[in-house]
Amino acid sequence: MTMMDDKTIIAKRVALELEDGTLVNLGIGLPTTVPKYLPPAIEVYFQSENGIIGMAANPEEGMETLALTDAGGGFVAAIPGAVSLDSTLSFGLIRGGHLDLTVLGGMQVDEKGLLANWMIPGKMVPGMGGAMDIVNGAKRVIVAMTHTAKGKSKILKKCTLPLTSARRVSLIVTELAVIEPTDEGLVLREVAPGVTKEQVIAATEAKLIVPDIVPVMPISEEVAA
Amino acid sequence: MKKSISCEHAVEMIPDGASIMMGGFMGVGSPHRLIDELVKQNKRNLTVYCNDAGLPGFGLGKLIATKQLKKLVATHIGLNPEAQRQMVTGEMEVELIPQGTLAEQIRAGGYGLGGILTATGIGTVVEEGKRKVEVDGKTYLLEKPLRADFALIRAYRADYRGNLEYMLTARNFNQVMAMAADKVIAEPHLIVPVGMIPPDCVGTPFVCVHHIVERGQYYDYDGR
Repeated sequence: MTMMDDKTIIAKRVALELEDGTLVNLGIGLPTTVPKYLPPAIEVYFQSENGIIGMAANPEEGMETLALTDAGGGFVAAIPGAVSLDSTLSFGLIRGGHLDLTVLGGMQVDEKGLLANWMIPGKMVPGMGGAMDIVNGAKRVIVAMTHTAKGKSKILKKCTLPLTSARRVSLIVTELAVIEPTDEGLVLREVAPGVTKEQVIAATEAKLIVPDIVPVMPISEEVAA
Repeated sequence: MKKSISCEHAVEMIPDGASIMMGGFMGVGSPHRLIDELVKQNKRNLTVYCNDAGLPGFGLGKLIATKQLKKLVATHIGLNPEAQRQMVTGEMEVELIPQGTLAEQIRAGGYGLGGILTATGIGTVVEEGKRKVEVDGKTYLLEKPLRADFALIRAYRADYRGNLEYMLTARNFNQVMAMAADKVIAEPHLIVPVGMIPPDCVGTPFVCVHHIVERGQYYDYDGR
C-alpha cells in the first residue's frame, strides 16, 4: 500500500488533468490543494467566482489585501495581470463557455455521472452558491472526492440527495480510482497505487464497466509531481 | 455635494419592512457602517437580497444575529450557523438561488429586462414552479427580474457627484445591485473631488446613486 494519504492521492491525480494556459475554477476544500502538485512548467489561471481571474496561493503574512479574497472570504494573492470581475461578468465567463475546467467536491455521483453536492435535506442546507452554474457551464467537470463516507459508497446507482445539475460530469477522481462517466455507464480508467480492480468494485455501489487492462494512476510518492 | 449624508440620516430613510439589495461576498465588500447603523436603529422585518449570510458577527451576519430579517434571498448560507438555524426553525424565510442566476435576475431588474433565460437549475429542485422556454432546441428556465426598495452599496471611492469605483473582490454584487433599487445609498471608503476618478474606472455612474455616506469614524477597508 502507498504511504500517501487519501487526499494527497486525489489532489496529485487531479493535478495531472490541468492543462497549460487554461482557466480553472476550484471548489472549496480538497480541490484547493491541487495547485500544490502542479508541475512548475504549467501555468494555469485560477478563477474565483467572487470576482477574480489570476488568483494565487495564500499571501505572505503581512501582505494580505483586505479586498482580495476567495469565495470563502479568505485572503488570497494575485498574479501580475490578474483581472477583477463583478458577479455578472464572473458568471458570464462560467455560463458562457469560457471556463475550461472546474474541480469540485462531491457528496454523491451516480451511474449516469450526475452529481449531488449542495444539500442534505433536513440536516445541512448551505446552499448551492455558484456550484450549479459552474457544473452546467464549465467545459470539463472533475469531481474530486473520497470514494466512501462512513464506510458507504458515494458512487451510487442513483443519487439520493438533490442533484446539482442534470449535466454529466467528465471525470471522478477518488483515493481508489479514476472513473469516467460515459454513454454506456461508469468506466474504471485507473486504480490508485496498491489498489486492485476488485477493491474498487467492492467499494462502489454503482455498476462499473471494467476494461481488461486498467492502469495504475501515474502519480509519484514525491511531493512535487 | 447634496448627495453626501450622514450614516445615521441614510438609515433613517429606510422603514421597517423595506426590501434591500446588499452588496458583499462573505462580508468582503459589504456596507459595514450601514449594517452597524441598521442594527443601532433596530430596523425590522427586512427583506435582504445578498450573496450570502455573512459570517457570525461579520457583514450581514450582524443583522441576522439580531433577527432583523424577515426574509433572506441568497445563494449560500453555509458559513453562518445562525442563519441555518433560523431557516430550519422558520424564524427567517430563506430563498436559495444559484449565484449566477441571482446576479442575472438583479441585472434584469436594473437593466429593464423582463427576465433572463438560463440552463442553470434545469433538472434540479431549482426548476420547480418555473416556466421553461425552448430556444433553438435548448431548454432554459425563465428567471424573473429582481428589484428592491433600497440598495446599500460598498465602494472603494466615490466623488461628490456619486460616481463609484470598486476594488478587487470587494466589487462582487455591488456594481449590479446599484442598478436595481429605487433608492441607492453608497458607502465609499473614500470620498474624493469630482474628476479624480478616471472615467474609465467608474464602475457605477453617478446618475444611479442617490446618496453617499460621509466618512465617520475610521474603518479599515473591509470593516474589520
